[in-house]
Amino acid sequence: MTTVARKAGTGRGRLGDRLLHAYTWLIIVWLSTPIAVMILFGFNDRKSRSNTSWQGFTLEWYRRLFEIDGLTQALINSLLIAVAATVLTTVIGTLLGLALGRYRFRGRGISNFLIFTAISTPELVMGASLLSLFVSGNLQRGHATIVIAHVLFALAFVTVTVRARVVGLDPSLEEAARDLGASTWDTFRLVTLPAIMPGVVAGGLLAFALSIDDYVVTSFVNGSTSTFPLWIVGSVKVGIPPQVNVMGTLIFALGAALAIVNAVASRRKA
Amino acid sequence: MRRVRAALAPYLLALPGGLWLAVFLVVPIATMASVALQTGNLMDGFSQTFNIAIFGEVFAQYHTQFLRSIVYGGIATVIMLVVAYPMAYWIAFKAGRRKSVYLFLILLPFFVSFVLRTISWGFLLADDGIVLAPLRDLGLIPDDFHILATTTAVIGGLVYNFLPFMVLPIYVALERVDPRVIEAAQDLYAGRFQAFVRVVLPLSLPGVFAGVLMTFIPATSDPVNAQILGGTSNTMIGNIIYTEYLVNNDYPAASALSFMLMAVLLIGIFVYARALGTENVMEAAAR
Repeated sequence: MTTVARKAGTGRGRLGDRLLHAYTWLIIVWLSTPIAVMILFGFNDRKSRSNTSWQGFTLEWYRRLFEIDGLTQALINSLLIAVAATVLTTVIGTLLGLALGRYRFRGRGISNFLIFTAISTPELVMGASLLSLFVSGNLQRGHATIVIAHVLFALAFVTVTVRARVVGLDPSLEEAARDLGASTWDTFRLVTLPAIMPGVVAGGLLAFALSIDDYVVTSFVNGSTSTFPLWIVGSVKVGIPPQVNVMGTLIFALGAALAIVNAVASRRKA
Repeated sequence: MRRVRAALAPYLLALPGGLWLAVFLVVPIATMASVALQTGNLMDGFSQTFNIAIFGEVFAQYHTQFLRSIVYGGIATVIMLVVAYPMAYWIAFKAGRRKSVYLFLILLPFFVSFVLRTISWGFLLADDGIVLAPLRDLGLIPDDFHILATTTAVIGGLVYNFLPFMVLPIYVALERVDPRVIEAAQDLYAGRFQAFVRVVLPLSLPGVFAGVLMTFIPATSDPVNAQILGGTSNTMIGNIIYTEYLVNNDYPAASALSFMLMAVLLIGIFVYARALGTENVMEAAAR
């Protein structure tokens, strides 16, 4: 790395690097712009239903955060669904990841193919086809069908995350545990699981993030149940209330804070 | 006994996940294909008539939106590739110890809901919003200048929303390139440009492939950007499928359109994969 940098350290190279550095920041600023707008308009003292022009600073929307019943209910639904989907996906996906990462068995090829298909199927098609199934099967649509759909699209991601971890695992660790008299279950609980835990946690977080953010698939299978993204899109025409911005801001702050704490903690450990 | 259990282990582990994928992915897609070939309406019910002609009918009716989606998705993907590559390159080779900080900053938008981010662009670009209104008051742009409800807004929204999915795989591929390989190229008298084109670029192609896969599919089928930023003249196939399913309840037409969309995208992927080697596809997908 340093050698390359030294060799490339001609005048032109350094100027190029500086330009690329500035360019990277430019894109990051662009990526962050809508976040800034979202946060800002949570403080907007709007006078009309339209919340597009800046009319002064207020904390009123933070005080009246839970005043819109439909919105609050949608947020609660989103959280409940995300928790249920995360737990289910993490368990099923970890088992599948273990099977695919560890064993060669009949059905491994087809499982890998199904995972590839799940990742490359457009969300829209996934939602539409699930709707076809639920309509044909006369299934009542609601919380349960949303959870089914969310587990489906998150499953492949959890599986590949765990599988990557399992593949990198040294099998002699488990052999050693068994040689020392540990049962299959104890070996799994005390050796395998702790070793693949970072993959499991990463997969679980991904599942939660995918679930709470999903609009496209959910909008097909929700029936009359609303979720946070669904409620927001539903109120675009009549104007988004500033409470949406406040909730978005709080979720953003919480998520970013958790990610930073997690990164700092894992750096300490390493 | 123990040996039997050990032989069964992979099947037991794979069973719940495999079943879930079979029942909620394969069966629904098969159901959708069968619904496409039915005729009828919501009131009188649908019956299986193997009406193959439906594919031609829906294409004749909606080919504008179909082609528009592929064009918008394609343009957005190319822009993302051009925008993402230099950035991924700089982070992988030049950001040093602060790599993870830059990656975190690129992932920051994911802590805000996808629809909320898109709506924020709507706020920002609105005719009376905080950008256009002051510019118009200053006379810098004409009164009839819009960004919302234009093609630019939709493609811009797609690029914005899916860009991190392009940056990350390219970054991962570039990060794996051993700097000594570049050194070797330079020792063999390759210039900076040659070393890049003949060494770094080929090694990063799996990342480019994964990035294109992860952006072209969602961008082409995305209904949200067109709905929120596009107005009425930029309707994409996703919006049509929505309307047919949930407003018109024309399940056969909607199923036929969804099926065609999936078929077109899958064929595209496999043609593209052939060009790069199937192994690469599975590997890229597995990451």
